Amino acid sequence: MIFTLHIWRQKDAKSQGYFEQHQIEASESTSFLEMLDALNEHLISQDKEAIAFDFDCREGICGSCNLVINGTPHGKQHATTTCQQYMRDYVDEKELWIEPWRATAFPVIKDLIVDRTAFDKIMQAGGYIEIRTGSASEANTIPIEKQVADAAFDSATCIGCGACVAACPNASATLFVAAKVTHLSILPQGQIDKERTKKLLEAMEEQGFGSCSNYRECERVCPKEISVSTITTMNKLLYQQT
Amino acid sequence: MTDIALESQIPKGSLENRWTQHKFNLKIVSPANRKKYTVIVVGTGLAGASAAASLGEMGYNVKTFCFQDSPRRAHSIAAQGGINAAKNYQNDGDSVWRLFYDTIKGGDFRSRESNVFRLAELSNNIIDQAVAQGVPFAREYSGYLANRSFGGAQVSRTFYARGQTGQQLLLGAYQAMSRQIEAGTVKHQSRCEMQELILMDGKAKGIVSRDLVTGKLESHMADCVVLCTGGYGNVFYLSTNAKGSNASAVWRAHKQGALFANPCFTQIHPTCIPQQGALQSKLTLMSESLRNDGRVWAPKNKQDCDKKPEDIPEQDRDYFLERMYPAFGNLVPRDIASRAVKLICDEGRGVGHDIDNRKLGVYLDFSDAIAKQGLDAISEKYGNLFEMYQRITAEDPYQTPMRIYPAVHYTMGGLWVDYNLMTTINGLFAAGEANFSDHGANRLGASALMQGLADGYFILPATVSNYLAQQKPLDQKNNYPEAEQALQTSQDRIKRLLNAPDPRKTPDDFHRQLGQILWHACGMDREKTLLENAISEIQQLRQQFWQQVKITGSDEELNQTLERAGRVADFFELAELICIDAITREESCGCHARAEHLTEKGEAQRKDNEFSYVAAWQYSGNVSMPVIYKEDLHFEFVRPNIRNYR
Repeated sequence: MIFTLHIWRQKDAKSQGYFEQHQIEASESTSFLEMLDALNEHLISQDKEAIAFDFDCREGICGSCNLVINGTPHGKQHATTTCQQYMRDYVDEKELWIEPWRATAFPVIKDLIVDRTAFDKIMQAGGYIEIRTGSASEANTIPIEKQVADAAFDSATCIGCGACVAACPNASATLFVAAKVTHLSILPQGQIDKERTKKLLEAMEEQGFGSCSNYRECERVCPKEISVSTITTMNKLLYQQT
Repeated sequence: MTDIALESQIPKGSLENRWTQHKFNLKIVSPANRKKYTVIVVGTGLAGASAAASLGEMGYNVKTFCFQDSPRRAHSIAAQGGINAAKNYQNDGDSVWRLFYDTIKGGDFRSRESNVFRLAELSNNIIDQAVAQGVPFAREYSGYLANRSFGGAQVSRTFYARGQTGQQLLLGAYQAMSRQIEAGTVKHQSRCEMQELILMDGKAKGIVSRDLVTGKLESHMADCVVLCTGGYGNVFYLSTNAKGSNASAVWRAHKQGALFANPCFTQIHPTCIPQQGALQSKLTLMSESLRNDGRVWAPKNKQDCDKKPEDIPEQDRDYFLERMYPAFGNLVPRDIASRAVKLICDEGRGVGHDIDNRKLGVYLDFSDAIAKQGLDAISEKYGNLFEMYQRITAEDPYQTPMRIYPAVHYTMGGLWVDYNLMTTINGLFAAGEANFSDHGANRLGASALMQGLADGYFILPATVSNYLAQQKPLDQKNNYPEAEQALQTSQDRIKRLLNAPDPRKTPDDFHRQLGQILWHACGMDREKTLLENAISEIQQLRQQFWQQVKITGSDEELNQTLERAGRVADFFELAELICIDAITREESCGCHARAEHLTEKGEAQRKDNEFSYVAAWQYSGNVSMPVIYKEDLHFEFVRPNIRNYR
């Protein structure tokens, strides 16, 4: 299969970016990122700079990879990170537009790489349970209903990739925050901190993310299928606690 | 190069009391004095993040570094199956002693009794800690924690969070660390890579880092340094490790005096998705937990290998693990399962894609389990793994058996450390996969998460304090010539990489070639002459690398090609040490199967009289001429016997 690629190039945060065009041949069993690897090998052999993009585990769990492919964060295949997209998913598309996440809170570092430190900052504001290490009591002293534990788990699967922000017209991180708040606050261990929701939402605003106005685009692109019902849970907590 | 006396600092006395007594004997720093000390932690996966959180809580100044864009992305995140603990919640006869014994035996009696016992002892605290942090482990309908079985054990002691236990535990540690960043005790820098260790009077007193965004080199001073930089499986190019995982920090520490222990002990994991093509950049693991319900088989007859699995009748299928090892069946330890799979494929009974004109794969079949337990039960346990498999191979494991083949997964070898996790460099600690300590010649499933967290949450806080209590805090305001020198060394290496005389080939190109050499000579089976040939090939290719490596772009910006080149350069040197270690160990044990030392049935043949030791290698100034130190292993509480899983 031969593809025409339009890839976003940008030297650094301050420079103007542009689309660069390339042709590449790739087989169906090649992953999307391996297709870019091959292009990079070719570019280096031509004395050109490789295209910078983020990746690490390449098995869909670390949350590093983050490309917008033909307008959709992570690409065409639903509930799938960029690294788990395969070229067989794109047999019908000859033109591929590849861009970075676009959000004020995620400035471009180079080419397709953005700075997502803002997510770490939100977590630092209170995305944890305040327990000292080494002092926990026996794990089975607090039984937790299976449904509660499962619901906590469903929210805890967020990989912090930022696709929700990239898809949101407001560049809001509400789904990211709601997932963490829901994970921690529905567990009995996490209910002590009544201010968590407030702290995280304030940090979100401080970091330059927009607020939620119910477009639900975040849910559509989330590779881990975090549901917007976490936002309902979060809002309920917020009103109960204030 | 100096002569080193290997002091393992192993306590004496009854095994149960060793850690407790040792902790009491360790010196402590009073709370008021802790803020005078700075600790550098390189790498913030399970071991690093948990150590940083714990040391920060104690009141030390902690500086942490990771090459990823956030600590939450460290490769600990990819661990799927679970974490062992001797809770005995299932009342099936488990105990600290049994976990200890299983781990020692699983490691084929090439690890220290004291360390492994401590690990088993701490396993229970880890579960308590993780639950308190909100780690959503699987639960039964009663509301209590659930367990499952794992390879190498006959009890059910593995705690899990569906197929993403590593992610949930890492988030727990990352969150604990984030809390300390907020509290101001931990200062963290992402997208930053250690270049060099700074030594002062033979003690580790800092590091040189490279900011991967700006390319800026910077020195950071501290009172001690902790390396939690993970394993070196990527030396093989194709492995289940994350693409960024590398050996540079430990290798550069090694070249400054830290001994490297058992480098040839690399775990080949039996259940990985087979390679599909030449361009492939990594291999993906399918959790060992799948072997609880999946049955491994291959066609009995070679002529059936091209048939669809559903067209091969039951009587023509060879459930070879069940046949060869009836006691443990599909749940034999990883090294044994891997070799059995290789044996079948070498006989020409493999299935799947042709790679180098051979079919490298066998079936992992869930049809019996689905028939017995129902689709829902199987999907509840393994749903996300099945999806992952389908994503990668475009085949549905609910309908057709998975295909699996072994792949490099974990490195038991690493920096030599004493009982306090200190390397042979005074003030340099190593934890998690970066050290060699607990897994001997083979790691049992669900033990890596356990070790990383035992090291970080429970051992380092005590042993680092003990070290600091004996040090005068370093004056951070001074300029130290040692730091300047280390900066210069780092700069020189980068310039040399960028200015190869005859640039032709990319770092990845070299890396792929290196990986091929190592995989064939020092993978699942090893033989003296092949290893010797591999060494000379590695030497030649390494020379070529420094002549011909081609890197575009500069060192004063984000440059992933340069980052990779630096890592590959270190892999080239480590690869040779791996082969030298494999040649020297004239026995088979655990993952290390020397063709010359196998029983008639193809099982590993240990030689305890000669090789019951840890091989700790010292850099001599010449990569090809390392010096071996032997730490003898003494077994006072268990009797090394032949591992029998039949």
